[in-house]
Amino acid sequence: MSATLVLWCVGVLLAAAAIGTATARLAAAGPIVYGTSLVASVLALGGAVDGLLGPAPPSSATLPLGLPWLGAHFRVDALAAFFLIVVNLGSAAASLYGLGYGRHESAPHRVLPFFPVFLAGMNLVVLADDAFTFLLSWEFMSLSSWALVMAHHRVGENVRAAYVYLIMASFGTLCLLLAFALLAGVDGAYGFEAMRAHHAGPVTAALVLTFALLGAGSKAGLVPLHVWLPLAHPAAPSHVSALMSGVMTKVAVYGFIRIVLDLLGAPEWGWSMVVLALGGITSVLGVLYALMQHDLKRLLAYHTVENIGIIFIGLGLAMAFQANQVTWAAALALTAALFHVLNHSLFKSLLFFGSGAVLTATGERDMEHLGGLIHRMPLTAFAFLVGCVAISALPPLNGFVSEWLTFQAILQSPDLPQWGLKILIPGVGALLALSAALAAACFVKAFGVTFLGRPRSPAAANAREVDRFSLVAMFAFAALCLLAGILPGLVIDGLAPVVSGLVGDRMPVQLAVPWLSIVPIAEPRSSYNGLLIFLFITLSASLAVYAIHRFASRALRRAPPWDCGFPDPRPITQYTAGSFAQPIRRVFGTSVFLAREHVEMSPPGDRRPARLTVKLHDLVWETLYAPVAAAVDATAGRLNILQFQTIRRYLSLVVAVLVTLLLVLAIWL
Amino acid sequence: MHDLAVQGGQLLLVLLMAPLLTGFVRKVKARLLRRQGASIIQPYRDLARLLQKDVVLADNASWLFRLAPYLIFAATWVAAALVPTFATSLLFNWTADLIAIAALLGSVRFFLALAGLDVGTSFGGIGSSREMMIASLAEPAILMIVFTLALVAKSTQLSTISDVMLSAHVGLRISLGLVLVGLIIVAIAENARIPVDNPATHLELTMVHEAMILEYSGRHLAVIELAASLKLLLYVSLIACIFVPWGLVGAGAGLGAYLLGSAAWVVKLAVGGALLALFETLTAKMRVFRVPVFLGAALMLGLLGTLLLFVSRGL
Amino acid sequence: MSLLDFDIAHLFAGGLVLVSFMMIYQDRLYALLNVFALHSIVLAFSVGWQAYIQDAPHLYITTAIAIVFKGIIIPVALHRIIQRLGIHREIETVIGIGPTMVLGIGFVALSLAVMLRVTAEADRLAREDVALALSVVLLGLLMMVTRRNAVSQVVGFMSTENGLILAATGAKGMPFVVEISVAFSVLVAFVVIGIFLFRIRERFDTVDVQALDRFRGTQE
Repeated sequence: MSATLVLWCVGVLLAAAAIGTATARLAAAGPIVYGTSLVASVLALGGAVDGLLGPAPPSSATLPLGLPWLGAHFRVDALAAFFLIVVNLGSAAASLYGLGYGRHESAPHRVLPFFPVFLAGMNLVVLADDAFTFLLSWEFMSLSSWALVMAHHRVGENVRAAYVYLIMASFGTLCLLLAFALLAGVDGAYGFEAMRAHHAGPVTAALVLTFALLGAGSKAGLVPLHVWLPLAHPAAPSHVSALMSGVMTKVAVYGFIRIVLDLLGAPEWGWSMVVLALGGITSVLGVLYALMQHDLKRLLAYHTVENIGIIFIGLGLAMAFQANQVTWAAALALTAALFHVLNHSLFKSLLFFGSGAVLTATGERDMEHLGGLIHRMPLTAFAFLVGCVAISALPPLNGFVSEWLTFQAILQSPDLPQWGLKILIPGVGALLALSAALAAACFVKAFGVTFLGRPRSPAAANAREVDRFSLVAMFAFAALCLLAGILPGLVIDGLAPVVSGLVGDRMPVQLAVPWLSIVPIAEPRSSYNGLLIFLFITLSASLAVYAIHRFASRALRRAPPWDCGFPDPRPITQYTAGSFAQPIRRVFGTSVFLAREHVEMSPPGDRRPARLTVKLHDLVWETLYAPVAAAVDATAGRLNILQFQTIRRYLSLVVAVLVTLLLVLAIWL
Repeated sequence: MHDLAVQGGQLLLVLLMAPLLTGFVRKVKARLLRRQGASIIQPYRDLARLLQKDVVLADNASWLFRLAPYLIFAATWVAAALVPTFATSLLFNWTADLIAIAALLGSVRFFLALAGLDVGTSFGGIGSSREMMIASLAEPAILMIVFTLALVAKSTQLSTISDVMLSAHVGLRISLGLVLVGLIIVAIAENARIPVDNPATHLELTMVHEAMILEYSGRHLAVIELAASLKLLLYVSLIACIFVPWGLVGAGAGLGAYLLGSAAWVVKLAVGGALLALFETLTAKMRVFRVPVFLGAALMLGLLGTLLLFVSRGL
Repeated sequence: MSLLDFDIAHLFAGGLVLVSFMMIYQDRLYALLNVFALHSIVLAFSVGWQAYIQDAPHLYITTAIAIVFKGIIIPVALHRIIQRLGIHREIETVIGIGPTMVLGIGFVALSLAVMLRVTAEADRLAREDVALALSVVLLGLLMMVTRRNAVSQVVGFMSTENGLILAATGAKGMPFVVEISVAFSVLVAFVVIGIFLFRIRERFDTVDVQALDRFRGTQE
């Protein structure tokens, strides 16, 4: 039943896209398209929740589209239902946000037709039950998001970003195609049912896993396949960036989980080491890149890379435990990873909405031109602050719960028999802790430089609060972040059908624990109660405020800030984004980015200012992509002579190939 | 009911003892430097004086600047109330384990750093950026330390860890020694003590914590100073409850045992404070960019402790 | 052997690894020499404890050699050499102390992973000794590789030697003659290195090996 409902919603979305194409230049087109998308997403969300929590068995549907002997199969089981919830929650919020944000869109005819198609594509990927439908929907999703990235093609580097995106997306689809081809086997059984039943040999399994990692990993943003992400995500309009970072990367994670954990069955423990190592490196590199950025949206995009690393750490742990048949620990690790999927879609979308609001209000994305926005846009600032606190994994919000669960899963690793895992997992734990600490630093910088301090440009000084729709979308997600943080037991129990479907075990029932705590393994080992921590902090703070205001002096006066006797009202004297990151750049950047600072002082007597130059190298790009691009260019240059041959040469080429084929046939037969 | 009284007692006791500990450390330091030093109860007088003063707020300070001291104090107080001081049977010790307590202190640091950036002067920027650099290594160090302790005690709950350390079969493990050194290094860094930061300086080249709270005055400053004293008390109690757990009262003991436990705790605080003062007098403050190496050493100690545990018996 | 005996042996061996890390952490020459003296003293304690629990009196002589030669005489002599040569007393490293420590942890993990797997059926004390000894050897080699100053490379070499002695005493029944030859070879190596340091210093006015590189034949 839920499958048909979601399919109808997808149909409504495609109809909205058609309407959008036809009426794009009318003023009413925006509200119509976004409104319809909102309604469709909410309905699909309802269907997905029913599919996850309802008592009915997985529902499926078949449409007579696509290949004539195959048809298009769709199915909503627990895993698909959960990811449909994530997708549609994000879509609903982005549509709501778009109702307000879309009014400032300079090229609506480039955005409105593709937005509902993008939402439809994401839903279809999660619904798909056979390889053909999956790949078709995946391409739908990629191409519509590519069109959205190209929406502002006259601005700066957007065309290059879209080009890199297209190449990486094609590469990803190719890898997934090969993975599905290997899973389908010689008889070409494309349905997921058949793939599940068919047991792959070890070589096939290894190849499938590699291709799935490359294909889904490139779309999710695993290092070293992440290079398109910080180029493409900021280039799109803000609500689309929120969808790409918050939702599309999760669809890629869904693809990985579906192929590796569901269709392939439990892989060897050696592969979990690969996934763990990649996840750990991705999380640390992602946040270090983010710390070096001063473009707000690019910072958020790089930070998505870090969170994907955290999710893959959880998935790697689940694979490691599953390979050793420790199913309760695998359930814990998988729950942690899926909880982080939900959390990240919530707070990353919230943060992108906030940066979109800042962009609308000031026209600036560069933090070095912002500042002091907490006075001009207090509501946006508050919602953005909640997002920053959540993403820095601070109690009592939701980011902390998923990180805590991941740490609890890591603490179970000494029970594993393999030495490689026993030594790698604490190392990965150290990397995870490092990335969490650096993430907090990153978001102190992002919030502090953008919203606090004094305005660094007239645009920031004249900003105004944004419209109601954007604010409602932001506050709704902020409220969800808080709720997921203080009632995590509900989410964990909601995830139980998904986890038991994949690893065959689940975490203990959390609703049975008194006081709404969460107990991942057993009471004396560890427990956490978000609600009580939240209440304690609120009560203590209120008590402190009351006591201080009752018994202490309540006088307050305003004065200029402390300036050591040299008053300088120019905002240029405050810390910039680059200066805030400088200590961390010195500590980590010298080895990771080969960061070098160079100061040119003008000679004494000369009144020119000194110059500070910072050189950073993107080692992934320079060691992997630049040589490949150069090689492709060189090869293409060599092969270019084929364009300029005479007719006789072309004829001889044809004859040569014909003769070679005949020779091969002669030898082989 | 019993546990509730213990919890309430601890809440009040940590609040009352925190300024006393700070005053004691300053007194011992002064005596070591052959000065008379201010009286031990001077911090109480300082707090009372600050509470009576006006708050002088910068022109462009926001609501976050005014709210931050109370949030900082609340989070530190909640964390301090959950670390066993004289008894392990706190009513709410299952709400937060060691990881959650470390993360609560992380929230404290987050809001303190934001408050430093709020006014928009370079002092605050210096403090916040250096503080986040120190935090980026201190937090993983403390998480690796928690990891090692959790491997020994098979739990991350502080009360369980203290019980395991009290029992006989822990033995003499090198990993615990490494973890102790690492925890001391992290405690010094987090509490802004020499050799990481100087709590008594106002020179911009040497400030970290003081730079972030430079703009605070009056009752706000009083609340922040109290929170800093609470944090010091928290760390000393944490080290005491894990590594020197004798005297901690278990569940269901009589009043005499509680009094003895409290006395033991006061003695541990005094010894810890005196050792801290001695260490601060003997060492010089490090260059700022030597601090990451110092904290990196704590992280390595935590990792090394974990690795060596695999070699030891019983794992 | 009781659990307490095992724990104390483990304590000393782990302590030796810890002191190796402390040596990597140092950035001044005199402090490095003091830590090396500590390294030798911890080794002496470890060997002494092994002598006690293995009931092997000849190991007490090894203990004495470790304390007297490596704990006192060699550090004092190196101290004098540094003073006489007037060597620059800050240690320059190739890749920074932080990354060196990360590499060190990697080496310890590697040696644990290899040794514990290879010696799966041996006696528990020997396993642990050998794994930690290999770590000390690797850390000493790391020190030699990542330091530019010749004196610190000599200290690294000495600490590698200490690791080998730890391994040898852990395996029961190390003959006395081996220890005498080891001690003499150490002494000879030290004298030779000392002479070379003097000659290098006389000739080139420096013992920084980076500077010495410049005097290589026809290369620039």
